Amino acid sequence: MTRFIDLTLNGISTGTVYAAVALALVIIWRATRIVNFAQGGMLMITTFIASSVIGSSGSYWLGFAVALACGLALGAIVERLLMRRVEGAPPLNAVIVALGLLILLQAGAGMIWGNTPRSFPPAFSIRGYDIGGTRVLFAPNDTFTVLVVVGVAGLLAVLFQRTAIGLKMRAAAFQPEVARMLGVRVGRMFTLGWALAALVGSLAGLLVAPSVFVGPNQFDPILIFGFTAAVLGGLDSPVGASVGGILLGLALSYVSGYEGASLVTLAALVILLVVLMIRPGGLFTSTRERRV
Amino acid sequence: MTGGAVLEIEELTTDYGPVRAVDGVTLAVGRGSVTAVLGANGAGKTSLLRTISGLVRPSSGRVRLDGEDILEVPVEDIVRRGLAHVPEGRGVIVELSTEENLRLGGLWRGADAADLKDVYDMFPPLRDRRTELAASLSGGERQMLSIGRALMARPRVLLLDEPSLGLAPLVSAQIMQLIRGLANERELAVLLVEQNARSALSIADRGVVLNLGCVVAEDTAQALAADEGLRHAYLGF
Repeated sequence: MTRFIDLTLNGISTGTVYAAVALALVIIWRATRIVNFAQGGMLMITTFIASSVIGSSGSYWLGFAVALACGLALGAIVERLLMRRVEGAPPLNAVIVALGLLILLQAGAGMIWGNTPRSFPPAFSIRGYDIGGTRVLFAPNDTFTVLVVVGVAGLLAVLFQRTAIGLKMRAAAFQPEVARMLGVRVGRMFTLGWALAALVGSLAGLLVAPSVFVGPNQFDPILIFGFTAAVLGGLDSPVGASVGGILLGLALSYVSGYEGASLVTLAALVILLVVLMIRPGGLFTSTRERRV
Repeated sequence: MTGGAVLEIEELTTDYGPVRAVDGVTLAVGRGSVTAVLGANGAGKTSLLRTISGLVRPSSGRVRLDGEDILEVPVEDIVRRGLAHVPEGRGVIVELSTEENLRLGGLWRGADAADLKDVYDMFPPLRDRRTELAASLSGGERQMLSIGRALMARPRVLLLDEPSLGLAPLVSAQIMQLIRGLANERELAVLLVEQNARSALSIADRGVVLNLGCVVAEDTAQALAADEGLRHAYLGF
């Protein structure tokens, strides 16, 4: 029983990180109908930057803030310089550009920071809480992770559903031409979408780095898990992405705990396949009217 | 007429690759008046509107709004100059609620946008469905929604693309009366594209008949409706 509780708690905390990556993918998908396969590379770069800032300044929170700011800027730059050219083009173009960017970022990071993974400090203690004499697999840092991701998901929901800028972003995403005719500066909304997504992505990188370490290829599995979570919840649904992330975290935690850690990636891919076969729209997407 | 014209179009020509969709069209719309653009499918009516509102770049010609050339103005700024385009058919954003669609129309104006209340007073069925997704609205309600949404920006010129398309005759007649009312009461200049020539001419001041992108007739609405040869050849009634 203790083991089950441990695995559940662990699943929730890793699941929230997957949820954050999934959110980053969903925001871009909703805004521009592009799956950002470069997300893993972008959050890797910002986490490296955080690592350097923490190393030279000694302040975790300075590194944290700089990474988020860089994420915001990187997202905007990538959209303006690269993705703007393939928006509206066949989807494969954007996939190829994103994959090319991923390779570029990974090679660049290797040249700047080297290919040997380095450790990354957690924000808070990773010593599990002591509950009635037993140490559980959930630490103050996990509390921080869960609170931050839930908070960010909530803020995004408010931004999208309750603000004028959110309304403009949704309009630009659903019907760019109509939005333009109503005076919405659609290009700016796309840039903002990418910037916000990259911000959330860099947050995910900071949260997961203590357990996976920082290296050019260290975040590849996280992107696969995040993508699986996004598909699980439905690429169109931020709520779905959050729930999908936690469900996936739980599932993978049980697989890892009861069957062995080597099966985790395989299990994620099996879940991805099964979802795509049975509910390609995701578990949380209601069937929607087909646009003519 | 040209003296008081709000919207003036001069020798406008638009090509889609080798296909000439609009061929040297000249027309003007005055304050408080309705000009109907008639013609069969493929006559270039929608292309004409899309060129005026900047969605398509013309090969040559001029479009002036209050005497100022607007051809170089980006689409998202044209509405800021006072011209609202109600596109054909699916202009409502079905993933947003009725009220979100309406608010969107006036967002760029901030506090100067029209009152939602006024739009709801004009289209009472929309008030009952304000929180529902636009996907659940009927064809007539969607048409009301796209017109209401355009009015949120308090435009001076309204381009309407086939507002009666797919509507029951009674609903279509109501929409036409409403358009006439907007021109009269708000002094809107309305350019109305319609395939249903009879109902468009019943409320229009003037009419233009397009065929293969060219103007083949231009006159007062009464004169066009009375011209039997024209009716048979191009207007289908």
